[in-house]
Amino acid sequence: MASDAHVHGHEETLALREQFDTADQQKDASTLGMWIFLITEVMFFGGLFLAYTVYRHTYPDVFAVASTSINVYWGAANTVVLLCSSLTMVLAVRAAQLGQKQMIVLFLILTLLLGGVFLGVKAKEWYDKYEEHHIPGPTFHLEGLNPDNAVSQGHAQLFFSLYFAMTGLHALHMVIGAGLLLYLIVEARKGIYSPEYNTPVDLIGLYWHFVDIIWIFLFPLLYLIDRHMK
Amino acid sequence: MSNDTHQHVDSVTTYVLVFVGLICLTVATTAVAFVDLGPFSVVVALGIACCKMLLVALFFMHVRHSTKLTRLVVLGGLLWLGILLLLTLGDVMSRGWVGVPGR
Repeated sequence: MASDAHVHGHEETLALREQFDTADQQKDASTLGMWIFLITEVMFFGGLFLAYTVYRHTYPDVFAVASTSINVYWGAANTVVLLCSSLTMVLAVRAAQLGQKQMIVLFLILTLLLGGVFLGVKAKEWYDKYEEHHIPGPTFHLEGLNPDNAVSQGHAQLFFSLYFAMTGLHALHMVIGAGLLLYLIVEARKGIYSPEYNTPVDLIGLYWHFVDIIWIFLFPLLYLIDRHMK
Repeated sequence: MSNDTHQHVDSVTTYVLVFVGLICLTVATTAVAFVDLGPFSVVVALGIACCKMLLVALFFMHVRHSTKLTRLVVLGGLLWLGILLLLTLGDVMSRGWVGVPGR
């Protein structure tokens, strides 16, 4: 095997493992694998989006009141923060493709900071919901329901259960993403990413943008679509 | 090792333009949410979200430079998501259309 690899001028490096013929083939295989993982994530979040749509269709009036109790400006600001982090992430990937070792670290740190800002704002929004007694449980109460009875309050708790499940799962993905970014920063500081080998930066970039896309759909569905009824 | 990688490196200008587009769409979708479009509020909000998804996937996630196999997998995944959503919603939303004895 070693002599065979030698004939083709290959050595096993980070840029080319011996089971692949070319670095391109190896990179394509890694990218395909990451996309297949992301598709499983799409189906995973898809179930939650579906549950939300079904219950919003079943209890439209209660869901409209519950949805408009969320602060749209914090949500919009957080969308902008997450889009900024996607820009810095793609610039980190570009720096890795060009082998600009200092720039990779700089853009990864910026991405991590913006991810932290997003999670901070999210925590503030959740704390507001806690203060307003909008967390499902014995002390739950949502104002403005008509009729304001136990049944409507139950349907409103359904909205907030879905709200916390969806934003919570999204935030969990952000926390995992932040851990992956920390790993990338440590590795990038060693200077191992180059135009020949930057697959981890590229694939974690795909993950980060995917989490951004989930928020791109969560924002209008949870914050916006019933706003005009108020 | 021969340097036979032909990865596409997009310009910073491309990425910044896509980013500006995404911010404009975010402002637009937030502003239009306060306008009463009736049932079309959902359509407009999801339409804008799909445009943003396409921008992120095609440019930031490099789908426009990816292999045909990767594109097929992405489209296949969206197809399965479509089946999940359409068939379930088709069931739930049509249940009231015909009288079912015992309900």
